Amino acid sequence: MAHDGSPVAPGAAPGASAHPTSATGRGLAVRDVVVHYRDDDGTVATAVDGLSLDVAPGEVVALLGPSGSGKSSLLRAIAGLEPVSAGTIAWDGADVAGTPVHRRGFGLMFQDGQLFAHRDVAGNVAYGLEMARVPVAERRARVGELLTLVGLDGFERRDVASLSGGERQRVALARSLAPRPRLLLLDEPLSALDRALRERLAGDVRAALTATGTTAVFVTHDHDEAFAVADRIAVMDLGRLLQVAAPAELWHRPASRRVAEFLGYEAFVGGSSRVGGLVGASSEALLALGPGSLRREADGPLVGTVRSTGFRRGVTELVVDVEGLGEVTVVEPSRADPAGVPGAGEAVRLGVDDDAVARVAG
Amino acid sequence: MTAVAAARSGVVAGRGGRLLGHAGWALAVAAPLAFLGVFFALPVGTLVLRGFVADGALDLTGFTEVFSRPRTWRIIGLTLAQATVGTAISVLLGLPGAHLLYRREFRGRGVVRALVVVPFVLPTVVVGVAFRSVLSDSGPLGALGWDGTFAGVVAALVFFNYSVVVRTVGAFWVQLDRRAEDAAAALGAPPWRVFTSVTLPALTPAIASAASIVFLFCATAFGVVLVLGGTRYGTVETEIWVQTAQFLDLRAAAVLSVVQLVVVAGALLAAGRARDRRERALQMTAPERASRPPRLALRGPGRRAGDIAAVAVTGAVGVLLLALPLATVAVRSLRTPTGWGLDNYANLATTGGRNALSVTVWEATLTSLRVALDATVIAVVVGGLVALVVSRRPRARARRRAVRLLDAVFMLPLGVSAVTVGFGFLVALHRPLGLDLDLRSSPLLIPIAQAVVATPLVVRTVLPVLRAVDSRLHEAAAVLGASPARVLATVDWPVAARSLGLALGLAFAVSLGEFGATSFLARPERPTLPVVIFRLIGRPGAENLGMALAASVVLGLLTATVMSLAERLRHGSSVEI
Repeated sequence: MAHDGSPVAPGAAPGASAHPTSATGRGLAVRDVVVHYRDDDGTVATAVDGLSLDVAPGEVVALLGPSGSGKSSLLRAIAGLEPVSAGTIAWDGADVAGTPVHRRGFGLMFQDGQLFAHRDVAGNVAYGLEMARVPVAERRARVGELLTLVGLDGFERRDVASLSGGERQRVALARSLAPRPRLLLLDEPLSALDRALRERLAGDVRAALTATGTTAVFVTHDHDEAFAVADRIAVMDLGRLLQVAAPAELWHRPASRRVAEFLGYEAFVGGSSRVGGLVGASSEALLALGPGSLRREADGPLVGTVRSTGFRRGVTELVVDVEGLGEVTVVEPSRADPAGVPGAGEAVRLGVDDDAVARVAG
Repeated sequence: MTAVAAARSGVVAGRGGRLLGHAGWALAVAAPLAFLGVFFALPVGTLVLRGFVADGALDLTGFTEVFSRPRTWRIIGLTLAQATVGTAISVLLGLPGAHLLYRREFRGRGVVRALVVVPFVLPTVVVGVAFRSVLSDSGPLGALGWDGTFAGVVAALVFFNYSVVVRTVGAFWVQLDRRAEDAAAALGAPPWRVFTSVTLPALTPAIASAASIVFLFCATAFGVVLVLGGTRYGTVETEIWVQTAQFLDLRAAAVLSVVQLVVVAGALLAAGRARDRRERALQMTAPERASRPPRLALRGPGRRAGDIAAVAVTGAVGVLLLALPLATVAVRSLRTPTGWGLDNYANLATTGGRNALSVTVWEATLTSLRVALDATVIAVVVGGLVALVVSRRPRARARRRAVRLLDAVFMLPLGVSAVTVGFGFLVALHRPLGLDLDLRSSPLLIPIAQAVVATPLVVRTVLPVLRAVDSRLHEAAAVLGASPARVLATVDWPVAARSLGLALGLAFAVSLGEFGATSFLARPERPTLPVVIFRLIGRPGAENLGMALAASVVLGLLTATVMSLAERLRHGSSVEI
């Protein structure tokens, strides 16, 4: 199985080799890109507003942001499906502006798969190979190989209408990987699936991407998905990038309060303020507290009132109004015996888990 | 820049493939435009000019003269009255049918749905003959005394257009989210209030759309009115024919053609508006949420009074209006002056009593089939190209507007009367544009005229199928390396091909039965089957009438066979008018 990631995409620039050692100038370079979005009623909005991003060969970058943040527009612009109003998009240093979609050698996987209903599973996976005029025998072997990779052995002759949602997305993934795109763009590929399936498939997608050494940009609005799939995460909002960082760094060192809020942090301690045992890190930095940052301690320094309690997948969540901080969620393992869990209105004392407190860069 | 590429990328690249793409799309736009320009705009335009211009100067005396005739006003009044009454009754009868065939499930529903469409494609002359045999003094409904009356004409118009209402409204109805009705019922509304306060308002766009198109068909009815109306009842359409063929008053005919254009433009405008509203209304409902319709229950706890009424109305329509005329023709075609037998069919190999015809009916049948074949090829090629171009969604606003305009332009022949087309051919295609050639003698003239009439139907069959292709499917193909041409070949074509069978069948059926244009253009030595039937019923003698009935059965069977073959090829697509 040729998992070397070398692109055979149709019309791809020859000499685009597989695993360059250095990231400089290689891979995808997005520079100051502006994308306008024209609505059906003729109004124009700026979806991407002067954004720059680099993706090294073999790297998987997640574009994380709330809906409407311009993630999909950026992805479509990279694919060539959306015109770029300003800025450049380059691959290995070569501007792709003049290259039409079908010659870019970039794959794109849609949220809802967009499988060809008039072709069976094998016909769908083979489509890109047919366009690249890959010989039949080789095509068949590659289709089998890809179906094995996505866990759909023997599905070749199945009608795509008979597939479940998860199976369809697996076929869509196999289809976009088949021609060995030099870059794979994934547009919320798991959003339409239910939670359990989404979590399992996120792992499978990561495995498939690393096994094939595919360079990928993965758009999602779900942090867990981004953390599960990506080498680096780019947080996007209102058409701009707020932060690009490895998952752990992003989680522990969010670049701004906006990023921290988007990641789910609930309360902030800033400057020199002193709340309980917590001291603001410095005059500029901010401490961010989220679910898991506080735990109940009989002699903890913080005092709060329980507002509500909830139960979620093996954990009990207490929303506590902490004096001087505001509402913070306290998470603890749930017990079969609910006695001992404070009810709404009860006062609790809390301690701080230092490792679970993020330091927001000024 | 190709429309496909425009729709997808907007990224311009000056490459050879692109240039080829431009040329291809230019051809796809230019070929149908040229066809319609020469064979529709030119004849109709010439005709209109003839009404306004005499001896090279603007001259409106033709108008004042024609409009000062009481006969003209009577004809215009009759046209509007027939169309209005015909439309109202079609809608009233069609609603229960749409409910039954699209909102209830029962065994044999598919068969009934297919049968209901039959009248729409039946040749007008056959329908005229059928209603005459039912309503004549010796016919099963002779006691009504409707033969040659306004009521008779309206009944035949309803016969034709019933299925238009059932299909247009039904197809919309089936996609309505039923939960709004459930909500009204849960809020305490009895079934009839649910219908009047929730269902009916929601259906209004579809009803308006169906009504305007039916009005159009009624206002431009020709063959059936000519056969049934006799000398007392006519429409603008038949009057154009009468003025041309009997009074040889081309000026009056031209003026009436202008009147007809105004009526048609008004109806088309209303139809277009209603269609827009209908499409917008549909976007609001999610089709995948529409659940399976409940089973029809006339007894037991699940029975509904509304269903019983719908079954009664639809049953009566089916038996009295749809089945009876057709059965009567079939039965009476077997009656001979001496009893029962196949004599009328045997006579189809002759030229009729007292040599009523110049060719045998079988020869005319052969002519009809040949002509229809040519017309079908032309209509499907032209209509297919139009549908392809119009289905594109270019990014540039100007281009998008151009596409919409093209869509509207190609719908014009659907409304503009076949008689106007035929008459226009006669007037305009002699030395067209000053060229020294007479297209009127071309053997392709009749196929071309019929293709002009059939093209809009082809467009309306193929277009919804092409439009339903998600633009992201094009994108998916493009990112997988498919050039615009290959996207067309591998994504659009497999989908469109499924609707092509129905388009072929419809075009063939329409040309087989086409009478309005053909009656002007058919040469005496090469008449088509509908022309022969019309000539036969105009001649005296029981033998000729019998032959006309037998020939009608043959034509009806041919049409039905073509349509049932087409239905087999169609795989769930349908014509959307």
